[in-house]
Amino acid sequence: MTKTTILLDPTSENAPERRKRLPRPADLQGLTVGLLDISKARGDIFLDEIEARLSGKGMKVKRYQKPTFARTAPVELQQKISTQCDLVIEALAD
Amino acid sequence: MEKPPDGYIVFCKRACETCATVVPAMKEIAEAIAALTIYCQDDPGFPEGLPGVIDDTALETSFYFDIETVPTLIRMEDGQETGRAVGWDRAEWRRLSGMDGLGGDLPEFRPGCGAKNVEPGIAEELAVRFGKVPLASRRIESPQLEDDVETCFTRGWTDGLPVVPPTEVRVVRMLRGTDRAADEVVGRIPPNQAPCTVEKVAINAVMAGCKPEYMPVVLAAVEAALIDDFCLHGLLATTYFSGPVVVVNGPVTKAIGMNSGVNALGQGNRANATIGRTLQLVVRNVGGGRPDEIDRSTLGNPGKYTFCFAEKEDDSPWEPLSVERGFTKDASTVTLFAGDGVQAVFDQLSRTPESLARTYALCLRNVAHPKIPMAADAMLVVSPEHGRIFSRAGWTKSRLREELDGLLQFPGADLVRGAGGIAEGVPEALKEATLPKFRPDGLHIVHAGGTAGLFSAIIGGWVASGPKGSQSVTKEVRS
Repeated sequence: MTKTTILLDPTSENAPERRKRLPRPADLQGLTVGLLDISKARGDIFLDEIEARLSGKGMKVKRYQKPTFARTAPVELQQKISTQCDLVIEALAD
Repeated sequence: MEKPPDGYIVFCKRACETCATVVPAMKEIAEAIAALTIYCQDDPGFPEGLPGVIDDTALETSFYFDIETVPTLIRMEDGQETGRAVGWDRAEWRRLSGMDGLGGDLPEFRPGCGAKNVEPGIAEELAVRFGKVPLASRRIESPQLEDDVETCFTRGWTDGLPVVPPTEVRVVRMLRGTDRAADEVVGRIPPNQAPCTVEKVAINAVMAGCKPEYMPVVLAAVEAALIDDFCLHGLLATTYFSGPVVVVNGPVTKAIGMNSGVNALGQGNRANATIGRTLQLVVRNVGGGRPDEIDRSTLGNPGKYTFCFAEKEDDSPWEPLSVERGFTKDASTVTLFAGDGVQAVFDQLSRTPESLARTYALCLRNVAHPKIPMAADAMLVVSPEHGRIFSRAGWTKSRLREELDGLLQFPGADLVRGAGGIAEGVPEALKEATLPKFRPDGLHIVHAGGTAGLFSAIIGGWVASGPKGSQSVTKEVRS
């Protein structure tokens, strides 16, 4: 287990200490949404519903699946999602 | 820390032979004057058989009393120190304790050993641990499960290569490399015109991998970059290739082990690499100058990670750049030049200065574009084997410059737009003029490189060289 390290800020400290999240898109029209099934039971049912709703609104949807929920997504899958999609929705539910 | 009681205090450590030698004297003091407190730096079981030994392996009390040598005997009265004997000096210990017969069987003098709290690297850790660090910068926590090198990447603090995480201890050590106060403002860094303190420079120097002894050179480089003539803001923002090229002159180059010889413009020397890198990190982090934001360079150049070298002043055929720029030979200086990549000059057959100068002129004409005069300055880096051709013939630097000036005059007709079937060129109005390749003072000549190889190098300058853009600047290195 790594210990918490205190670092000194090398910048002019104009940005907030907590990193900002990426800005949300103002409009979803024309964007590609990735739906990531983490391989937990019934996640696919939830994502089927989301897919139907988004597709009905004229958005492009792509489906992805992690081999197992117990581990982080393989690098190849991460790269595929980040290069093919503008947004991603991850189904965490049981 | 609990304040020691009045009476006498001894700081000691088991690993010190002098401390072991003077244990009988400590016992005598303890028996005669009950108020004796002993702080042991390395083993609370030492000295055996004496009451009042306090564990100071954390070195807090030693740090508080600024102990340099063990054993040290201190007299405390009314909560204040009123006397101190360092090492074992029998007369001093007798005087301080008021015990005339103290240590009768001991030698008269033993110098003692270095205290643990001043061992290399320890002092800064203690200063941070016990709260004597007046650093103003915001503390950023690297999350528990994140490697601190990764934190630096995700925060956007790096140039793309890993940096040394700037912990408080490392920054305190870096600041030991300069006499200047941490809160002294070096200047405002473009593009955000953010005030940059010595402390911010030190943080970025840590990240770049500097040793503390490089700090004076780093500070001079940052100061030079902020001289208005250098036009750092424009240099950063330009679509052209250029970035700051750092040339260091004088005794400091040897003192800190800079490279002016084999592979001087390349990789492998810590001082060269990290001093140049610090300047770029200061611009990135303090100034906020990042690629694809304010830095608009179309292609950039690898020297924008770092480009720093020392002039080879030994065996140089000429006076160093610093002397040419008005400093004494004993002065250490940093000169900045807004330059881009390294263009090779290959000439293995010239044996006369006239022939070699012609080669230089032919190659120098290509800086930026062979048809564009007086736009970009250039730095010519003459290697030792080429340099010898000039020194053997008795050519001074100004003689070479004069020759190059003569060779680098071009008829406007050859340079105008359309000439040679090339649209690029000077306006038609200059057709009748004779135009020099470089503006006055636009060609800098330095000496560097390994002893084998009949090559030199041209570092092309920014096409906005001169008063309207960037001019080369020099700053003296101070402590």
